[in-house]
Amino acid sequence: MKETYYNREDLGKFGNITEFQQELGDKFFDYYGSVFAPGALTAREKSLIALAVAHAIQCPYCIDAYTSDTLKKGVDEEQMMEAIHVAAAIRGGASLVHGVQMMNQVKDKMM
Amino acid sequence: MNLATLKRQNHNLANTNRQIEILDDHEAIGIPSFQEKLQNIDLFPLKSTGIEIFQINVGKMCNQVCKHCHVDAGPDRQEIMTKETMQQILDALRGTEVKTVDLTGGAPEMNPDFRWFVEEITAMGKSVIVRCNLTIILANPKYHDLPDFFKKHKVNVVSSLPYFAAKRTNAQRGEGVFEKSIKALQMLNEVGYGMPGSNLKLDLVYNPSGAFLPGDQAELEQQFKQKLLELYEVQFNELFAITNLPISRFLDYLITSENYEDYMHELVNAFNPAAASGVMCRNTLSISWDGYLYDCDFNQMLDLKLEDVPVHISDFDLISTNERTIRISQHCFGCTAGAGSSCGGVTT
Repeated sequence: MKETYYNREDLGKFGNITEFQQELGDKFFDYYGSVFAPGALTAREKSLIALAVAHAIQCPYCIDAYTSDTLKKGVDEEQMMEAIHVAAAIRGGASLVHGVQMMNQVKDKMM
Repeated sequence: MNLATLKRQNHNLANTNRQIEILDDHEAIGIPSFQEKLQNIDLFPLKSTGIEIFQINVGKMCNQVCKHCHVDAGPDRQEIMTKETMQQILDALRGTEVKTVDLTGGAPEMNPDFRWFVEEITAMGKSVIVRCNLTIILANPKYHDLPDFFKKHKVNVVSSLPYFAAKRTNAQRGEGVFEKSIKALQMLNEVGYGMPGSNLKLDLVYNPSGAFLPGDQAELEQQFKQKLLELYEVQFNELFAITNLPISRFLDYLITSENYEDYMHELVNAFNPAAASGVMCRNTLSISWDGYLYDCDFNQMLDLKLEDVPVHISDFDLISTNERTIRISQHCFGCTAGAGSSCGGVTT
């Protein structure tokens, strides 16, 4: 048993999940490949979105993978950090917008 | 950034044997040998397909000390090609069907016989590529007319620009290089280089500013074209994405930043058989400042001379050199990764 829950080298073993469920794993990776292929959005745009989402869900594997991928695709530090702020703004906003519900309830109950 | 060459620092990596020792110990970092990878795709021994380009390193002196430089070039390097060696090259060139001569360095323009050499080569009807670092044009008044000189001889100017912003460019190439590079590009545009309708070709080279591989060349080219035009009114023809190879100063950077093992794994994982069959050593002959012959500029910097054929330009034999076996080593993984890498960009 390893000392830490997360190990960098495990990212490289992602494909091995098919060992326990071949068909489902294959379907997932096929879909994944299609999602990231250039389409209505460029590969670069998708990579930046993935970077932002990686931070929203706080997946260290995804952060590692998409930091490398966006760097390769010529994205600079300011752009990468700005994308993370987009994730932060949405996450923060998701909490705050529920405040409207709170406000509605307070106003219902108060004279 | 250390502004001295490895040679000046008496760094252990200034010794090519030490670099080869590190690269050869592939088992220590758990990667296969390059030979084994070629054998698996029936490409070993790797053979020349016939020389189409003479790539000539006219000297290691340079006005810059770029962090990724595999030549270990800098202002303190004294190795400069003599006119006598240039004449030997011209004599050898005359007996070939080679159409293109690619001049590199250091800063090739700093060779005192550079202009004479360009004039002699073009007088033979050959095309010339000059790997110009851009800042040389501004470095001293005697170089300010280089754009006009290049234009006169229809030189294909190929220049490095790692990014369209100062921070990344200067981190790789030195303080103030970005600003001077933009000015030099504007001067080249003014005489027609890179402009629509002109036959004066100006290409840019993208080398990653760190321990990562270049992305898609076409996408990078599009980004660079858009940003350079929008921000600086600079135009150019093509962009070549070139992988940094683990040699000399880039090897030092990889080791010092503890990226060596990860980087080599990334190169090996990205091994592309199609890129392997299109490597530039197959159609290029590399000539050093002192006239010795190599399969490529990288082999030259590791002092891996041609094998089983004459090794000096004064003894050049076209037939045997055209049919030679190419010397390979672990650094070759750099040219076979992803879409492949060469002095002309991707190889697939």
